[in-house]
Order: sequence, then C-alpha cells, then structure tokens
Amino acid sequence: MSENDVSTDEHVAAPVASTTMSGQTVLHPVRDAYMATVESLRDGGYCTATDLTVVDYLTHPGRTDLPEGVEPERYEVVVGLFDHTRRERVRLRIQVPAEDPTLPSLFDLFPGTEAMEREAYDLFGVCFDGHPDHSRILLPEDWTGHPLRKDEGIGAIPVQFKAASERR
Amino acid sequence: MNPMDEATRTIDMGSDERVRRRGGSAVLRMTEVEAAELASAPRDPVTGEQADERMILNMGPAHPSTHGVLRLLLEMEGETVLRSKPVIGYLHTGMEKTGENLTFLQGPTNVTRMDYASPLFSELVFSLATEQLLGIEVPARATWIRMLMCELNRAASHLLFQATNGMDLGAVSMMIYGWREREEVLRFFEKVTGLRMNHNYIRPGGVAADLPDGWQDDIRHLLDIIPPRLDEYAVLLNDQPIFRARLQGVGVLEPAEALALSATGPILRATGYDWDLRRDEPYLAYDQVDFDVVVGTCGDAFDRFAVRLEEIRQSLHIVEQILDLLPGGDFRTQDKKVTPPPRARIDESMEALIHHFKIFTEGFHVPEGEVYAAVESPRGELGCYLVSDGGPKPYRMHIRGPSFANLQTLPHLMHGRLVADAVAVISSVDPIMGEVDR
Repeated sequence: MSENDVSTDEHVAAPVASTTMSGQTVLHPVRDAYMATVESLRDGGYCTATDLTVVDYLTHPGRTDLPEGVEPERYEVVVGLFDHTRRERVRLRIQVPAEDPTLPSLFDLFPGTEAMEREAYDLFGVCFDGHPDHSRILLPEDWTGHPLRKDEGIGAIPVQFKAASERR
Repeated sequence: MNPMDEATRTIDMGSDERVRRRGGSAVLRMTEVEAAELASAPRDPVTGEQADERMILNMGPAHPSTHGVLRLLLEMEGETVLRSKPVIGYLHTGMEKTGENLTFLQGPTNVTRMDYASPLFSELVFSLATEQLLGIEVPARATWIRMLMCELNRAASHLLFQATNGMDLGAVSMMIYGWREREEVLRFFEKVTGLRMNHNYIRPGGVAADLPDGWQDDIRHLLDIIPPRLDEYAVLLNDQPIFRARLQGVGVLEPAEALALSATGPILRATGYDWDLRRDEPYLAYDQVDFDVVVGTCGDAFDRFAVRLEEIRQSLHIVEQILDLLPGGDFRTQDKKVTPPPRARIDESMEALIHHFKIFTEGFHVPEGEVYAAVESPRGELGCYLVSDGGPKPYRMHIRGPSFANLQTLPHLMHGRLVADAVAVISSVDPIMGEVDR
C-alpha cells in the first residue's frame, strides 16, 4: 500500500522522504528540516493547517510504513496541510524522540495551530518551542501527567469537588 | 455545482498579517492564577482607584449563551472587550483514549457522542477512515443512505443553530420554532436508527439497517413542511431591524484571517471564501447531486447566520434528489470480514455462529497503517486520523473537531466590541462543546 521513495517536491527545498498511503501524500521530514519544510510548503500554496496531533508509538515500535532512512521514534507529530487551489492535502510525520520531545512551534506560520499544539502538549507532553501560550488546554492547569501517552493507564480517578465539604 | 470561479481567487484576501498583529492584542494568554491576581489587583493606596480601568470578567462556564460549558476570560475596559481567552476542557472525557480501547465496530458509539448536534457526521468520518484502512468498498445504497441521513442531520443541526442564535439575541420565539422543526427531523432519525441522537447508525462497512418502509413519505413530509417555515424565519429574523442591528457588522472576519486560524465551514464561507469539502474534495456521492455552496460577503455574524439558513435549503435540495436517485441493493458490504452473518444463518450454521461471536467479541482486524479522512460537517472540516497496528482496535484515533479550531477565532471576533456583541459572536461561531473537548 505504501511505496517508498525520496522525492524532491518542487516546493520543498531539501529532499524529504515521502510515501503514499491510500492515495494520500505523506512527507517525513527530519526534525531539523521540519520548519523549513512547512515554510516552503506554505509558500508553495498550502494555505491552511487543518490538523496537528501526536501518536505515541511506545507499544507499537515496529511500524513498517516509514520510508527508508527514517528512524522510528516514540512520538510522531502528524501535521495536515491543505492547498485549496490545487485541492491537495499533504501530511507530515515528524519523528520526535522520547528523551527530548520538543519541536519548533508552527504558530508563526499558521496561527491556527495554536490550540492544536496546546492540545498536543496537554495530552502527550510534546513541547513546542516558541509557542506564545504553552499551557494545558483541556486538562486543569495543575494536572500532572499526559493521559494519551501509552504508559498512562485508563480508568476512573476520584474527583474532589472543590469546597464540597465546606458547604455541608 | 459550480467550479471554483475566478471571482473567488481574486477575492480581496486581506492579510493574515492582521491575525499576527492582532493576535497579541486580541488573544488573552495568561493562566488562571495570573488572571485571578489581575482581577484582585490592589487599588492605588493614594487615590483609591484601581491601577487602570481594565478588569478581568469571567463568563461561563454555566452562562446560558455559551452553548454548554464554554468559559471565557474577558479583559474588559468598561463595556469593551479587549483581549479574551476561551477556556475549554469542561467536557473533556478522554474520548480519543476511549477510542483506543474500543474495537473498530464499537468505535462509532464513541465518536457519535462528540458532536452531539450532528452525530452522524462523526460516525461517517470514523467509518470512512476505517474503510480506507480496510480497503473495502461500500455498496452504493449504503453510500446514498449515508448521504441522505447526513444532509438531514446538517439541516437539523442548522435548525438548532437558528433556534439558539435567536434565543441568544432575544428572539425567544425563534428558539421554539427552531426546536420544533428540528424535532421533525429527529423523529425521522428515531424511525430509522431507533434513537434521536447518538445513533451509531453509520458503521464501518455500511449502515446499521435499511431505511424503513414508507420512508419516502416521511421525507416528503419534511420537504413539505420545512421550506415554508424557513420563509417564516426569514420574515421573523431577516426583516427585523433589531435582529439585524445585533448581527450586521459584528464579528467581522476576513478570508485570510479565517484560513490562517484554520477556521472552516460556515465561518470560512461567510467571509466570501468559496470552499466546501462536499464539492472540492467529493466523498460519498456528492459529485452526483446538484447543490450550491453558500457564501457570504463580509464575514460578519449576520452572514454566518444567513449562510446556515440557506444551507438548510441546500441540504433539503440534496435530500429531494436522493429521493429519486437512491439505488437498490445492500445497505452494508457483504465482505464477511466486517459484516456479521444474517441472523437466520446463525441458527443453521456453526461457522456463522462462531463468526458472529468473533466479530462482536474480538472484532475484525484492520491492516496496519494510518489514514486521514475528512468530511464537511455542519461546523466545518471534521477529520479523523486513524492509526492501526493490525489489531482489532485503533492504535490511535484522533478527531479533528471543527469547533475546536473555530473557537480560535473568538478573541479576534470579539476584540474591540461590546460585551453584548460577545454573546452574538459566540452564538454565530456555533461551537459544540462535546466536540471541542472530546
């Protein structure tokens, strides 16, 4: 289903490994080339960032859909861009190692990724350098842990309603 | 379906620089603690006045105009909103994590609870993503039934918007009318799916059941009663000077700003930007039906209202065509891998019984891979990013909620307006908090 090759997209300066998944173009830039790749894609017509999310591959390390030369890491940040004129989507998958889960923020290129990067940080603990408001978004500010990581358990936790006892 | 014409391309895009420039002055970026400190800033000991006229006002999460549990921190100067911050997460229940612990067959029961005003779209996008991973074709009838149900759901969702938008702006009778028409649509849903909401009707492989006998009569009934009532809404709302004054020129967004902020759906179209995934990235069978993409002109709250009102008509227009075009055949794929055997076979065949048991306990295995599917929900681009490790459950299930991205426009829309306009702006963005918080 996925054919691996190294393409030099007309809008991408450095060669970036790309694959095709069910007819969808996927780019695999290395972390250092992430910003340059996104910037050249934006200048090439990808006018909006539709999505940004993270996958934690802790319990599924042997994935086979990466092209040659891309080292699998624990976290993978997945960014979706859309070119409205040519009606093309592109998806970027960036490998982010567990020991240093940071990436530069896309805020300067696509302000719409602000909330998505906050969500990615909140749920996975991936940090985004240069983000204007690097804080939790869905969970309370004093929450510890990042619940969508694979080593976080599932199940209920007792909820303490603040000031519940005072009222009684 | 008109192709994107030149007029769209040459539209004055404004500048997304404006988002960046205004970002600092419109978006409030501070923690709860900082906001609390600012709110209780001590008065000047000499004059007894506060250091400046600014104050932090907390709106929600239980405010009736916040559509659920949206909370806003507003930085006010008098009655004017300067910066604001949407505070979300009050409905966060970890549905993406839950999705990793349900099989692909159970998945729609989970995602349908995200956008509770248009549940069928979440089911649809999850099913489309699963089917792409599986590489299976869905029978034509299933595709058309999905389209029928989704367009009715779009109409129901926009009717709900008309109701709540009217209510927020003081047209309380509109609330009753909107709910009334929506209820007619939900009654049809109940007949087809068994439930008014959270249907779990669209599933990987097709739909849960065929349309019931006499469904055409129910559809014709809907097509008969709803359009004249939309005309009544137009008289009640469009012709009303107070309603217009509350919306026109309020919360103006430019196309470039909307794109930069990843806003989609009626918010993007209201700016005059001609974009609809149903036409521009056709899925299901939208390339075989005729409909118009409704766009606004100036991107204010009135345009967002008007776009949604007209989209109800377009949805009903599509439904009308489906009435004639709906093909016969199966309502779900006959691929044995994903579809359980018919009930009658289970009594006769041991293999069928085992097969049935396996599908509902272990679930079917989906090949390894990752895929992104997107549909045009009533609120914009609803996406589903699925990763499978080859097992019966998704390794990762991410929903790109349009409301989540659209909420980012709020500080920009409210900036410099009165607090009363904030209510109109929240309403016109039409966020569904179940989908925002997931």
